[in-house]
Amino acid sequence: MDAIILDNVSKFYGEVLGVNKVTLSIPPGITSLVGPNGSGKTTLMNLIAGLLQPTRGGISVCGLSPSDPEHFFRTLGYATQYDGFPRGLTGWEFVRNYLRLFGFSPKDTERMAWESIDRVGLREASQRKIAGFSKGMRQRIKLAQAIAHRPKVLVLDEPLNGLDPLARAETIALFRELGNEGSHVLISSHILHEVDLISDQVIMMSQGYVVAEGQIRGVRDEISEQPMQVLIRCDKPDVLASQLFHHSQVVEAKVHADRGGLLVRTHHAESFYKLLNRIALDGVRIESVAPADDDAQSIYEYLIGSEESTK
Amino acid sequence: MMTLWNRQILAIMRIDLAKTFFAKRGLWIYLLALSPAVPMLLHSLLDRHEGNSDFGQDVQIFAGIFQFFYLRIAIFFGCVGIFMNLFRGEMVDKSLHYYLLAPVRREVILVGKFLSGLVASVTIFCGSVLVQWCSLFCHHPASLLNSYMFTGPGASHLVSYLVAAACACVGYGSVFLAAGVLFRNPLIPAAVILLWESADGILPALLKKISVIYWLKSICPISIPSPKGNNSILNLLIFDVDPAPARVAILNLMLLAGFVVVWAAIRARRIEIGYGSE
Repeated sequence: MDAIILDNVSKFYGEVLGVNKVTLSIPPGITSLVGPNGSGKTTLMNLIAGLLQPTRGGISVCGLSPSDPEHFFRTLGYATQYDGFPRGLTGWEFVRNYLRLFGFSPKDTERMAWESIDRVGLREASQRKIAGFSKGMRQRIKLAQAIAHRPKVLVLDEPLNGLDPLARAETIALFRELGNEGSHVLISSHILHEVDLISDQVIMMSQGYVVAEGQIRGVRDEISEQPMQVLIRCDKPDVLASQLFHHSQVVEAKVHADRGGLLVRTHHAESFYKLLNRIALDGVRIESVAPADDDAQSIYEYLIGSEESTK
Repeated sequence: MMTLWNRQILAIMRIDLAKTFFAKRGLWIYLLALSPAVPMLLHSLLDRHEGNSDFGQDVQIFAGIFQFFYLRIAIFFGCVGIFMNLFRGEMVDKSLHYYLLAPVRREVILVGKFLSGLVASVTIFCGSVLVQWCSLFCHHPASLLNSYMFTGPGASHLVSYLVAAACACVGYGSVFLAAGVLFRNPLIPAAVILLWESADGILPALLKKISVIYWLKSICPISIPSPKGNNSILNLLIFDVDPAPARVAILNLMLLAGFVVVWAAIRARRIEIGYGSE
């Protein structure tokens, strides 16, 4: 009842595939939907929000269906990627009119509208027409609309597009805040390095299919055919490399471009870390050891290929 | 639940009325609605100047312009502009999801939008009837006007024209609202409906009853005399050999509009957002 559930969902636009056979159970927290343009992220979000109807399969959000809009949309808020707004509205009117559709009292409508506008930091600009807003301001007013009725589930399609670095940081902090409050925050992004900053879990999509899902590190662990890459920061990387070459756990070792560390690829991370402990005792001063490829970008490249991930 | 629906309908109407009344792209609808008033005013001024006024002729002129131009062209295309935009315009502007993401049933959205279109169109087109009336009859002596309005049939004629204009907004409004829900390109259904309405005069009795203009002509208070000569097309447009009583016409028009709106509401449940293909 507390999850977003997609049960074997497919969506076709005539002959064209939108998404195919998607089965997911998305728990509370921040979940990133990752994939290149055209991979089916927006279609999946539109299906979850009821803006599209699945060709096959079923969707429920916290036990509710989009076919019951009066309850469903009190639970879900959606900031779409569409840059269209009802004509002639100011930012304030955009949020207030949306809340009016919920049937709230005028007093509650006004209070909730200001709260959400304040939360996205747009109070000063909110009396201006949206037509005169910058891209970043339009993104933020859409976010204010989506959170205005305090939904338990928030679906955000490319919410960081067009934001300047400060607004980006503030918005990411807001996502964290919402995630910590126990909300579902489902965010789509094609900028993979952002995903590591934001997400508790990821859903990776390619050509309409979900290719991986779960916590980033967990997903990485499951890609057993790709050796793990580990970056070891140390004072003598070439000495360390020569020592590691003798051991079967090490598939590849190369000195980092800044000559301050060594990049090692291994199939057996656990036994490699034990080996490293022994070598550290033999005179090489190791400053840090960290996985170098358990980020969304690397995982996506392993799963889909580097060509697609950079589209 | 009714209270919630009422509040939601009112909220939708507040949004849409502002857009319909004050949108720059809707200016042509005002011009179209007021366009008959211009020749009527000129006619009045010329008559006054020449001292050559014929009240009976003016009553006929008003009836002719109302039936031949105002109902068939001005209100028809005005309703295309107002009602088709309620859904299709939102799709073109990529803003329909604003309504669909609120906890409002699709049927309630449709009714709210229909009512806002209705309030706007009735205000514009009935308002224009009053302006036209004043424009055409203002040059006649006050005593003649008083006698026509208060002891003669004037008031009842005016009410009939207002009712006919309002019913035209209901009838055409429902049809074009449904067309906006069902079709991507509004011009094709508008053209087909225009042809159907124009062919009303040659349709069999049963078929003409599923046109809007048949019922509207039955509400109009004055029969236009046949034009001199053999102008058969004009005859087809103006005359109705088998008019229905006004009350029956109003009732049937409401039933027709109700049926179309219910059908559109059922279809609205299946609306999907696909702006990319608009």
